[in-house]
Amino acid sequence: MELLLDIATWILMMSGCFFLLITGIGLLRFPDIYTRIHAGGMADTLATFLIFAGLALQSGSTLVTVKLVFIVAFIFVTSPTATYALAQATFVAGLKPRLDGFDNSKAPKNDSNAKDEA
Amino acid sequence: MRTISLILVLFAVWLLFSGIYTPMIIGFGIASCIIVALIARRMDVIDAEGLPFQLGPKIMLYWVWLLVEIVKANIDVAKCVLFPKKHLRPSLFHSKVTQKSDLGKVIYANSVTLTPGTVTVDLHNDMILVHALTEGSAEGVKSGEMDQRVTQVMGEA
Repeated sequence: MELLLDIATWILMMSGCFFLLITGIGLLRFPDIYTRIHAGGMADTLATFLIFAGLALQSGSTLVTVKLVFIVAFIFVTSPTATYALAQATFVAGLKPRLDGFDNSKAPKNDSNAKDEA
Repeated sequence: MRTISLILVLFAVWLLFSGIYTPMIIGFGIASCIIVALIARRMDVIDAEGLPFQLGPKIMLYWVWLLVEIVKANIDVAKCVLFPKKHLRPSLFHSKVTQKSDLGKVIYANSVTLTPGTVTVDLHNDMILVHALTEGSAEGVKSGEMDQRVTQVMGEA
């Protein structure tokens, strides 16, 4: 039983770490701030959830688990609010999202209206 | 009435967080819960928005549905990160909001943002401006399924 729990914890936490890694790659790889926000969203949601689920399996049915559940709930409420604030600030500041030039069938060229200084 | 239920909710949360159950500590807990509730009452924040009991158990079902959607969307975004040339098709579009109350709109806009691949950029009177990462995630918002579910939870259908 102990072994099963440990294995389940390992699987959950490793998949959480995998999504965190993907988040990091996405933050570097995506072209502009709007798409990078999407990449950051993964760390807030599934990665956090998986890691905390793994931790909850280790702590069993104690008050610690309740606290972990509360932490996840708070993150799930606050992170979209912060994300929205970031996206709204970017939009109000007048930064236009890059909407074309991702098709690999065309030759890659610098499109003039893309503002990816961010 | 709502003040008393706020005290009960606060005290339940306090009991879960504390873990030390001696009479003196519990007394402190009750006292602080009552003081917080009185201050909240004086600040006039105990209303249908601050303490949304009217949502009831329906919101729990919605959360379960939302969690499944989040898992699906995460896998989509992960694919997009690994193969950006194939999947990356960002778009920015308006979508209609059918909720009447501010609370409903906030729940919907936050749900859209919480789902990776779609971010709410702006919220007008009854329109939201959404930035989507792929065609699939844009379709998810355009189909309006999440919108309908939130409206149902709010009891405004």
